Amino acid sequence: MIRVQNLVKNFGTFTAVNDVSFDVNEGEIFAFLGPNGAGKTTTIKMLTTLLKPSSGTIQLDGLDPQTQQNEARKRFGIVFQDPSLDGDLTAWENMEIHGVLYHVPHKLRRQRSEELLKLFELWDRRKDQVKKFSGGMKRRLEIARGFLHTPKILFLDEPTLGLDPQSRNQLWSHVKKVNEAERVTVFLTTHYMDEADRVAHRIGVIDHGRLVAQGTPREIKEQTKTETLEEAFLALTGSTIRDESADPAAAMRQFAKMWSGGRR
Amino acid sequence: MSAIYILWLREVKRYVRSRAQIVASLGQPLLYFLALGFGLGPVFQRAGYGSYLQIVAPGVIGMSVLFSSIFSGLGLLWDRQFGFLKETLVAPVSRLQIMIGRTLGGATVAVVQGLLVTALCLLFGFRPVNPWLIPLAIAFMIAIALVFAALGVAIGSSLQDMQGFQLIMNFLVMPIFFLSGALFPLSNISKVLLTITKLDPLSYGIDGMRSIYLGRSAFNPATDALVLTSIGVVLLVIGAWRFSRIEI
Repeated sequence: MIRVQNLVKNFGTFTAVNDVSFDVNEGEIFAFLGPNGAGKTTTIKMLTTLLKPSSGTIQLDGLDPQTQQNEARKRFGIVFQDPSLDGDLTAWENMEIHGVLYHVPHKLRRQRSEELLKLFELWDRRKDQVKKFSGGMKRRLEIARGFLHTPKILFLDEPTLGLDPQSRNQLWSHVKKVNEAERVTVFLTTHYMDEADRVAHRIGVIDHGRLVAQGTPREIKEQTKTETLEEAFLALTGSTIRDESADPAAAMRQFAKMWSGGRR
Repeated sequence: MSAIYILWLREVKRYVRSRAQIVASLGQPLLYFLALGFGLGPVFQRAGYGSYLQIVAPGVIGMSVLFSSIFSGLGLLWDRQFGFLKETLVAPVSRLQIMIGRTLGGATVAVVQGLLVTALCLLFGFRPVNPWLIPLAIAFMIAIALVFAALGVAIGSSLQDMQGFQLIMNFLVMPIFFLSGALFPLSNISKVLLTITKLDPLSYGIDGMRSIYLGRSAFNPATDALVLTSIGVVLLVIGAWRFSRIEI
């Protein structure tokens, strides 16, 4: 479903993604792990048409996201690291706009919005403005919205960041449900190794822009002769802390935190 | 088309729902109108220039349209990182449609805001020479709104963080307002100031409204309309171009 070959992305002299190749099969949940600044988000941006690769090829369901942009976009849904809901609109209206932008026919749009909101336990709150939602509810709504246009692939960029264990659990069980029911391929990144271990069928570990390991969670643990995925991760990527230099997005995030009083 | 419509509708809905903000944003223009209109009025009258209240009303209306439209554009900076806009940038819709929908939405809101301020001014003593010409003045409001919504989009697409926002506010938005002749008539001012004023697009919008409301103007209503339209077209093209270049 996703095929990446020799993918490279340079920013000036800095190589953010260096010769990465991997395949994700249809219906698979693939976790993309790596320390901060390893190249996860850059890779997702290239996969989702937002960034142009320096070299290498990407295929999403057989399509090139660069040359067949709109066709490729119809085939995936994405949940960004930062919230992308409209807080002044209701949950239902957020779904509606998404449906219109993705050209989902009126009748199907309503029917699917209803199904998804019910599945993600948001149906009773559909007429409430999203700004009144908790962090977990917002995340669930974003994921429900991502499924609305029946994508073949769903990208989740650190979807559980800042959520409590209950919300995280619930979120993953919902994602798994749709993954099984609709055979949607899921490509996710997370910093919670236990989540990746539990949810993902296969894992890729990226560090300094290079893919350092890939396989099932069990294979990766065996490869590194460790007990848990967290230990395996540290064995692969070392224990030095990566300090990302503050990019504009990070500065904005800081600002957002200040204004929202630390809530997501 | 449906994408443009739904994005336009989004802006309008957001506006209608933010009642507290609507009331708050009416406060400033009203304060300018009342305090300056009644405060400077007597001096102005004695100098033989007629009623200052009538001069300042179109300026205050123009101000509210300017602020509302340019902020809707600048809001893009926020919207693309933490708002719904990011979602639209990966949707199978062209950037041009997104930009048009958003700009039209922002401009619509600005015009509504301008109409509310017009109504308040009328309530507190503003008397146009010919009330039947108000629709023509609305055309000027629409032109001002489009020019500055497009300018806002162009800048909002180019800014990287909130620091830039403050700079734009102090060195662009406020000068545009103060140097437009919104608060003073353009007759008998120094050559230097007049030249600067002529470089400010808002001057033509306010002059256009004055010519309709008061029956006198510094330039010429036809010139005003022509200049505003041309600047509007240029800014819309630049805005669309900058918007198409946004990377997130």
